[in-house]
Formats: sequence, structure tokens, C-alpha cells
Amino acid sequence: MNPNLLLAIVLLPLAGAIIAGLGGRLVSRMAAAYVTIAGVAISCVLSLIVLKQIYWDGVPAFNGPVYTWLVSDGVTMQVGFLVDRLTALMMAVVTFVSLCVHVYTIGYMHDDPGFKRFFSYISLFTFSMLMLVMSNNFMQLFFGWEAVGVVSYLLIGFWYTRPSAIFANLKAFLVNRVGDFGFVLGIAGVLYYTGSLDYTAAFEAAPRIAQESFPLTSTTSVEALGLICILLFIGAMGKSAQVPLHVWLPDSMEGPTPISALIHAATMVTAGIFMVARMSPLFEHSELALNFVLIIGATTALFMGLLGIVNNDIKRVVAYSTLSQLGYMTVALGVSAYGAAIFHLMTHAFFKALLFLAAGSVIIGMHHEQDMRKMGGLAKYMPVTAVTCWIGALALIGTPFFSGFYSKDMIIEAAAASHRWAAPYAYWCVLIGVFVTALYTFRMLFLTFHGEERFRTAHAHAASHGGEGGHGESHGSADAHHHGGEPHESPPVVTVPLIALAIPSIFIGLFTVGPVLFGGYFGDSIFVLERNDVLAELGHEFHGPVAFALHGFITPTFWLALAGVVTAWVFFLWKPGLADRAAEALRPIRTILVNKYYFDWFNENVIARGSRLLGRALWRGGDQVLIDGALVNGTAATVGRFGGVVRLIQSGYLYSYAFWMFIGLAVLLGWFLLRS
Amino acid sequence: MQGFGLLSLLIWLPIVAGLVVLALGERNIAAGRWVALGASVATLLAAIPLATGFDTGTASYQFVERLPWIPAFNSYYALGVDGISLPLILLTAFMTIPVIVAGWNVIETRPAQYFASFLIMEGLMIGVFAAMDALLFYFFWEAMLIPMFLIIGVWGGPRRVYATIKFFLYTFFGSVFMLVALIYMYLKAGDYSIASFHALPLTLQEQIWIFLAFLLAFAVKVPMWPVHTWLPDAHVEAPTGGSVILAAIMLKMGGYGFLRFSLPIAPDASRELDLLIIALSLIAVIYIGFVALVQQDMKKLIAYSSIAHMGFVTLGAFVAYEILANTGGTQGAAMGMDGAMVQMISHGLVSGALFLCVGVMYDRLHSREISAYGGVINTMPKFAGFMVLFALANAGLPGTSGFVGEFLVILASFKANFWYALLAAVTLILGAAYTLWLVKRVIFGPVANEGVASMKDLNGREFAVLGVLAVAVLLLGVWPAPLLEMMRPSIENLVDLALRTKLSP
Amino acid sequence: MITLAHLLTLSAILFAISIAGIFLNRKNVILLLMCVELLLLAANFNFVAFSRFLGNLDGQVFVFFVLTVAAAESAIGLAILVVLFRSRRSINVEDLNTMKG
Repeated sequence: MNPNLLLAIVLLPLAGAIIAGLGGRLVSRMAAAYVTIAGVAISCVLSLIVLKQIYWDGVPAFNGPVYTWLVSDGVTMQVGFLVDRLTALMMAVVTFVSLCVHVYTIGYMHDDPGFKRFFSYISLFTFSMLMLVMSNNFMQLFFGWEAVGVVSYLLIGFWYTRPSAIFANLKAFLVNRVGDFGFVLGIAGVLYYTGSLDYTAAFEAAPRIAQESFPLTSTTSVEALGLICILLFIGAMGKSAQVPLHVWLPDSMEGPTPISALIHAATMVTAGIFMVARMSPLFEHSELALNFVLIIGATTALFMGLLGIVNNDIKRVVAYSTLSQLGYMTVALGVSAYGAAIFHLMTHAFFKALLFLAAGSVIIGMHHEQDMRKMGGLAKYMPVTAVTCWIGALALIGTPFFSGFYSKDMIIEAAAASHRWAAPYAYWCVLIGVFVTALYTFRMLFLTFHGEERFRTAHAHAASHGGEGGHGESHGSADAHHHGGEPHESPPVVTVPLIALAIPSIFIGLFTVGPVLFGGYFGDSIFVLERNDVLAELGHEFHGPVAFALHGFITPTFWLALAGVVTAWVFFLWKPGLADRAAEALRPIRTILVNKYYFDWFNENVIARGSRLLGRALWRGGDQVLIDGALVNGTAATVGRFGGVVRLIQSGYLYSYAFWMFIGLAVLLGWFLLRS
Repeated sequence: MQGFGLLSLLIWLPIVAGLVVLALGERNIAAGRWVALGASVATLLAAIPLATGFDTGTASYQFVERLPWIPAFNSYYALGVDGISLPLILLTAFMTIPVIVAGWNVIETRPAQYFASFLIMEGLMIGVFAAMDALLFYFFWEAMLIPMFLIIGVWGGPRRVYATIKFFLYTFFGSVFMLVALIYMYLKAGDYSIASFHALPLTLQEQIWIFLAFLLAFAVKVPMWPVHTWLPDAHVEAPTGGSVILAAIMLKMGGYGFLRFSLPIAPDASRELDLLIIALSLIAVIYIGFVALVQQDMKKLIAYSSIAHMGFVTLGAFVAYEILANTGGTQGAAMGMDGAMVQMISHGLVSGALFLCVGVMYDRLHSREISAYGGVINTMPKFAGFMVLFALANAGLPGTSGFVGEFLVILASFKANFWYALLAAVTLILGAAYTLWLVKRVIFGPVANEGVASMKDLNGREFAVLGVLAVAVLLLGVWPAPLLEMMRPSIENLVDLALRTKLSP
Repeated sequence: MITLAHLLTLSAILFAISIAGIFLNRKNVILLLMCVELLLLAANFNFVAFSRFLGNLDGQVFVFFVLTVAAAESAIGLAILVVLFRSRRSINVEDLNTMKG
């Protein structure tokens, strides 16, 4: 493979970002859009060429340096690329989703004054993400890791005048930093045991490290590889928003919708999943780490899904759904079904990006209204959005033949088949999660696109505040309100990416499940120990995608999903009053859910406030009182007091000086005489 | 070479130029400014042959000059550079230019004396790094206090007198003990050459006393907890240029002192007392990180963040002994010292740039209070871009210079002890918290008040200064290899010197 | 017969009187100056006495030096006194404590 080709894939989005971002007046608004889109588009085409070369032409994986970053103490740290089948798939997904988002942005951000800046950011993001997935060493991985974090920081805070946005972006960055804290220690651990930061060296050393134990204190020690893997996974927990580091993702919905789709659904949050899959040769040798991964993933999958049921913001519901789906991927990693995790990552990237962009389309149509309680019946006004959104939803809940079905069902099967001690817990979590997923997804669909048209009330209300009095008081379904509040279908730059994403959302699973999961697509890019290989076990029962899908109709998974849909229909479409009564009956549980298990409360009141209190105590108490007060100024004051005492002797009167001189002389003379 | 040469030029050119500016006086300030700028640029240009002609294959001193200075004390005017001092000299020559440009027409009272102070200061600081003779080193070390004293005392803020006296007494208090140690070693060695101090055999007890004397001098300069409280006060009161030089270069002298004096002269004492230094470094990283979080004054916040970042320098320098104790090998020791050096250079650029950023805002609103700002990005988008970049560099973002040093030190300290690395890595969270919270409150958000609404974006002069620094920060972050290459033989030599024993078996 | 002891005793008495004058006098700076003169005279008296009894004129030569210095000193002292009086309208020793710490 030509290294220049790879360099071009990475550098084109960067070049686009620089031109759009720093071009100033030389680059017009549309020029910025076209330049970045061209960069990403070429990058996408080249990525597909790479994928073709790797998969169909059988070109061997590329692993080589680009330049030497530094040499310290004999450790050479290089910037380099490792492009194998795993990477090639990720590159294709990243650039394709990114391209869709770029195009969609033209429409979504059309009137925004930060239009150019936005394009610069998302191209920069594409560059960072490519650096992350194409890396062949931990240093560059960490670079990409943090770079995507920073771009997401910039993007969440894109509308920087909104207090909620700049709160959310700080929160996102800090929570990610907590993950990176673990990640950098994991990297240090790898260096400690292998003396190198290259993947190959680490992977080769993994069986050896697995035998070692790492002394934490003089008396206790832990499994060395387990420690390293858990530390690395803490990084993944931050980036992929796993409990308890998930808190940033719902808030990150403050950013523009294309960002939610690009970063917070399809690419950045999957970096953690990708990383663990990439590190499979390390994780495979540590049961401890994989069980840890499994528990975290399962907890995220179920409990974050539950939060989706009580939220009313359309984007946040999709965000909680993302959290839950990331939990599914993590479960797949935890049961050593790395292939299934990456497969779900890919299908999820398409249908979740679709759902986000559809939500964005609804938001445009509703004139930047995000509360689902003020929507309803939109299917009539926004048919394309509604249909594509239905497709995304069906894929999400795992309807047989849709892409989500293959990937999600495979994870559930894998969890059932795994022999790991945490697997039963994970299995029940993901199974119940299916019902929950169906419930919140269809709740969102029904509230948004079907049922009573509640937006008129809302808009009339808003209008009366907006100065258009007159229309304000009456409400209902009368046609008298054909003013700006009427929802409308979005322009083609918005709907075309929706359709472009809807197609793979339906079909990509059907066509790729065989080769990706059971056809040995990943080859040696993912390493699974034979005793852990649940996918191989499942592979014995796999007789083609159609048979698998037909079999899907008789599994509990399908019936649970159906139950979820029916429940949603009963509560939110058929008898809307029931939902309120149910909420009333389950008040304690609802309170916990509405407060998001009090994670935010804990972070804000205990951690953030505690840190500030501690800082203030150290500053006032330590610096100002102890060091400055007691030591520094204390010394000065002591000298001053001593001087104050001594000055009393200085009367200023000549006669007293003469007297003391005389006395002194007498004493000296007397001593002198008497001594001899 | 034995006579005067390039290093003398680097030291005396700015000093002479400073005297010229002084002689031109306040009435010819227009000419004085250009002389100052010309001299600082000429110094940087003169430093270029130093970098290009430097042989990266050897640890020995290069560009050596040696003339008798005080024959009675066997003291020489001896100058030379190695891989440890060269980057710092380049940093000094580089950072003076932004200071001169940033003060161009902002300083209204006695501008000629202001520029002269900085030029003289530059020469003296280069002298500190280039001196091969301990007495000469001490001469430059103390002489440097005078211009800084004047800079804070004359052009400082309202509490400048308190800050100046505190600054002066603190640093002077530390240095006199160093002088005692130097004289003691002179009496044993017969001359003041630093190389002969390195070779001087000393008992453990002597080494411990010498180490403690050095520690007082260098710990104050770095500054390490708990002798750091002069720094926030000095920074707050100093004019922008003073803060830049203080943060960018003066603090580095403490780190340089540890590497040049403490480790090689008292290796056994360093081994005995390394846990003390490591503990103080980690306290600096965490304690000061929390303190920085709650600062209300931008300059104070950056000053505290400087202390936390300098904690990495001392940690990286002293972690070598623990690596030896833990792994039985020296693999990783040089990485810690590399990290310490890179951290110094990077901190010089980043904190200097941040102080310049605060200066830019201060010039417009005359306030350093965080609460006086908010939503600066709305009126100063270009400035906001720079500020966010430097803030991210301060938080150690990969791709900027701030990452390299921290990364190397964390990697090295993991080899010594998992918990050191863990505590050091807390800076990833704290550093991001205090820096980005500052950015959130100052840069982002809606326009906070009339003052912010009236702020004008960067002018060409400010843009050039910040732009050059931004390029340097990014370049060093993306490709630090040349810097590491320059230092490698000297660092390896330093590891050998620091890890040997001076005690006779 | 007047012996050296007599003369030295007288000198010591003069010296003691002048010392006592310096720190007992609280009113007049002129008195202070006079006491200083007396102090010097007591010393001169010793010089002369020793010169007489040792048969060596050096002591008497020294007296001239001391007298010269004493004259100069009282001249300067009186000059300062005049200036002092002009500025403070007082030569009271009690008032002269600007050196008080």
C-alpha cells in the first residue's frame, strides 16, 4: 500500500480545516464549505480504495512510520500508520459519516455566522479521528484521542454565547480528561513492561506481561496486564461514555445537531470501542479486565436506556439511546466478541447518525424546538424525515432484516454463549435492554411524528410572547395558523444525507454480517484466544443472513422488542393518559430516572464543589495563613517585634548614651583588671 | 577557543544595547525602541550559529571561552554551552523579543529604562546559563535580580513594593546559602570551575549540607512548595513583560540549577533526599492545582499553574533515583530528565504566551479580575483563538509543546512508582479544569459588560507576537525530536554523573 | 610634696566631674560642650603630669595637639549650637531626641 495514499487520507481534511479556519477573508463562506467537503470526499474515496485493496485485493496490512516524533532514553516514538482490516473499516465508516455530515451542514448551518468555523472544526475532527484509528503506536493514539476530545470541546461549545453550551463543553472535556488520566497511565504501563510504545511490541509482549504481577504497594499486588487493560479501558469509558463517565454525552447535545451525529453517535464515542478491539491482543489475556469491561458495558446498556424513557428532549433521547448502544458494544468487547462490537459500531454509526440527522431535521422543521411534548403528528408535514426516522428506529430496536438486528442480536447471543463469570448479568441486562430500547425509541417516534398535533399550542404560545399577539389565545386544530410556526419538510441538503444514511441502515447488516463476523474479515487484526471465541461458537449455528433473520422472529429478543413497541403504542398513542398515571404510580423510580441516578448531582455538588472548597481551603489556609502568614510574614513580624524591643534602648538623649558608654567602659575595664 | 567569542557577544550585546537605550534617554525613546528591538533580534540571530554549530554528538562544553577574572580566587571568566544550557539560552534569546514588542508603546512611564532593564536582564540571564565558573554563575545569578527588582518595583501594580521586597528577600535568602556552599567547595577544590566541583569527592554529610544549601536557592527559584508564595505576588504586580520573563526564564534557573549543580555535585545526597524532592513536586502538582482552581485573578491563576508545571521539572529530574531503586536499571532515568528539560522549554513558551494574553486584555480593560471579563470571543475572535490554543497547551494537549514534557515525566515516573505516576497524572484533570474554566469564564459566554463590548481585537503587533509563539508551541509539540536530539548526549552524561557515587567505597 | 598620685587623683576628679556633667546635665547644650572640654583637660593634665615625672617632653607636645583639636571641636560645636538654636529656638538637651528609635 502506498504510504502517500494514507498520508493524503489524513492530511486532506487537515488542509481543509486549515484553509477554512485560517483563511480569513480570502476564503468565502461557500468556498470554505466546498474545500472541506472536497477534502473529506477525496479522503472518503481513498479510504474506500484502501478498504477494497485490503479486503478484495488481498494487499497485506501496512505498518510503517511517517516520521520520528522524538527519541528519549532509547525509546523511539514515531508517528506512523497501521492499516489493516479493522482500520480500513473504521476509516471508511469515519470518512463516510463525516462526508454526510459535511453535506448536511450546508443546510443545517446555512444562516449561522460561524459557518466557516464549523466546517473547519468538523474537518479537523475528521483528521483527528483518522489519526486515532490509523495509529500504529500508543503516543499517536493518545494524540488522536485527545485531539478528538478537543474538537468535540470546541464543537459542543460552538454556540459560545449560550451558558449551557459552554458548561456542557467544559464538562465534556473534564470528564474525558478523567478517562485520559487512566489512559495515559495505561500507556505508561505498556512502556514499563515493553520498553516501546508500538502496538506490535506490546502485542507480542502481552502473554509475557500476563504472567507478571504488579506491586501496587509493598504488600499488595495485582495482575499486571489486568491493571494496564483496566487503565486503558478507563480511557475508553471516558471517550465512549460508559458509566460512570457517561455524564458528558447527554449534555453535549448542546452542540449543533450535525455534531451530535458525527461525534456523539457515529465516530468519537466509538473510539473507545475501537481502541479495545485494537488492543484485543492485550485484553484477551486478562480475564479480570474483560469481566470489568463486561460489567461496565452491561450496566451502561440497561440503565442508560431507562433514562431515555423519561426524557422529553428529542436529541437527548437519541443521546441516551447512544449511551445504551455503546453499552451493548462494550458488552460485546467484554465477551471477547470484538468483531461483533465493531460490527455493531458500524451499523450503529449509520442508523444513529440517521436518527440524529432526522432529529435535527425535525428541529429545523419545528424552528429550533426540541421538546417532544410540543410536537406530534409531524409525519404529515415532514414525510421524508418521518420515513427515514422510522427506518432508523426499526434498525435501532433490532427488527429482523434491518442492519441493527444482525449486530445487536449477535451481541445478545454472544453474551448468552460466553463463559465469563459476569456474562449472566450482562445477558440479562442486554436482554431487558431490548425492551427498553423499543419502548423509548417508539415513544420518541409516536410523540414526534404521530398523534395529536401539539405544536400549534406551543407555537401560538410562543408567538404571543414574540409580539405577534392576536393569534395567541386560541388553540386547537384550526387552519387559521398558517404563520411561521407551521412545520415544514427540510431542504434537500438535509434530506439527501438522510436517505443516503437510511439505505445502509437497512441493508448493510444483511450484506455484511456473514463476511464481517463469520467470514474472517478481520483476519489477524483482531486477536481472540480460542477458549474465549464465542463468535466461532455462534458461527456453527449461522446459516446465512436470511435464515438468521427468520430465526430472529422466534427469539425472546424479538418478542421483547415487540412488547416494547406495543407498550409505547398503548401509553403514548392509544391512551396517552395512561402514561401520566403510570408515572404517578411509579413516582419513586421516576424521580430517580428524571434525576439521572443523581450522577450529575453528585458531580456538581460533591466533586466540583468539593474541589473548589478544597482549593479555597488550601489557598486561604495553606498559602495565605500558614506559609505567607506564619512563615513569611511571621518571620518579618518577628524581626519587627525584636526591633521594637531593641529600639526602646535608643532614647535619643545624649546623656543616656554617655551614661551607658561610661557604664560599659567601667564594666570592660573592671573585667580587664579583675581578670588578671 | 580561549578569548572572547559568540557567548560573550550574546551576553554583552544586549547589555551594551541596554546602556545605549539608557543613554539615549526618555526623550529619544522612538530611537530607543528600535535600538532595543534591533538588539534583541540581533541577539537571537547571533544565537542561531550557536544552535547550528552545536555538535550534538558530544556532552562536553562547546563554544568555550576562558579568561582570568579574579586571579586571587582562581576564578575565570569561563563560558560554554552544552545540551542542557543551549536550549535555555535559545529560549532566553527568543522570549526577549516578544517582551520588547509587547511593551512597544504600552509602557508610558520611563519607557527607555523599561527596555534597558529587559535588555540588561537578557544578557545576565544568558550569562547564568553560559557560565562555567561557579563564581561567575553566582555573579550573573544575583545581578539578574536587580533589573527584575526594578521592573516590578517601578512598572508594577499597586502592591508592587510588597511584591518586590518579598521577591527579592525570598530569592536572596536562598542564594546566600548557595554562595556558602560554593565557597566551601572552592576551598576544597582550589578553583571555582563547575567541572571540578563535579569531580570533587565529598563525604555524604558534606554532600547533604551542600545539597540543602542548593535546595534553598533553587527551590525558591523554581519555585517549589512551600517556598512558592513570592511568585503569585510578584506575577500579579509585575508588568506584562516582567511576568513573561519571570515565568518563561527566571523560573527555569531553578530547574537548571538542579540539573547543573545539585544532581552532579551531590549525587549521594540527591539519592538520600530524593523522596523529599519528589514529595514536594507532587504536592506542587496537586496542592497547587487545587489552589489554582479557585483564583479570581488571571495572573495569579497562571502563576499557580506555573508552579504546578514546574513540579514536573523537579519530579522528572529526581525520579531517576527511584527508577534505579525500583527496577535496578537506569532505563527511564534519562526520559525523566528529558521530560524535565522539555517541560522547562515548553512552559517558557506557554506561560509566557499566556501572560502576554492577559497583558493584551489588561491593556484594554485595566483589570486582571476574571469576573471583569466574559464573552471576550465576541469582540476579539482572533485573540480568543490564540488564548484557547495556549490554554489547551497549558492543559497539556498532545500536539502542543505542553504535552511532551508531561508525557515523558509521567512515563518515567511510572517506572519509579505507580503512585507517583498516578499523582502526577492528576494534572491532566486539574490542569484542564483550572485552565479551561478560566477560558470559559473569560473568553466564552455572552458579552459580560460594556468594557468587554468596547474591546478591540488584536492589532498587528500583538498578532505577530502571539502568532510567533503559537507557531513555536505547535512546532515543538508536533516535532520535538530536534530538541531532544540536541540534549541527548548531555542528558546521558548527566544521568551518569547523577547516578554514580562520590563516596569512596 | 606633691606626688604623681596627687596629680592623677586631681585629674581623675576632673574627669569624673565632667562625665557626671555630661549625663546629669539636662538643660543646656553649652554645658555639655564645657564638660567635653573639661574631659579633654583632665586628659591633658595627665599628659603634663606624666611628662613632668618621666622627664620626657613628648607628653607636653601632645597636649598642644589635644588643645588644638579641642579648640577646633568647640568651634564646630558652637557653630552647630548656633544653627540648632536658630532652627529649634531651644538648646535644651531634653528636647534633642530626634535620634530616638
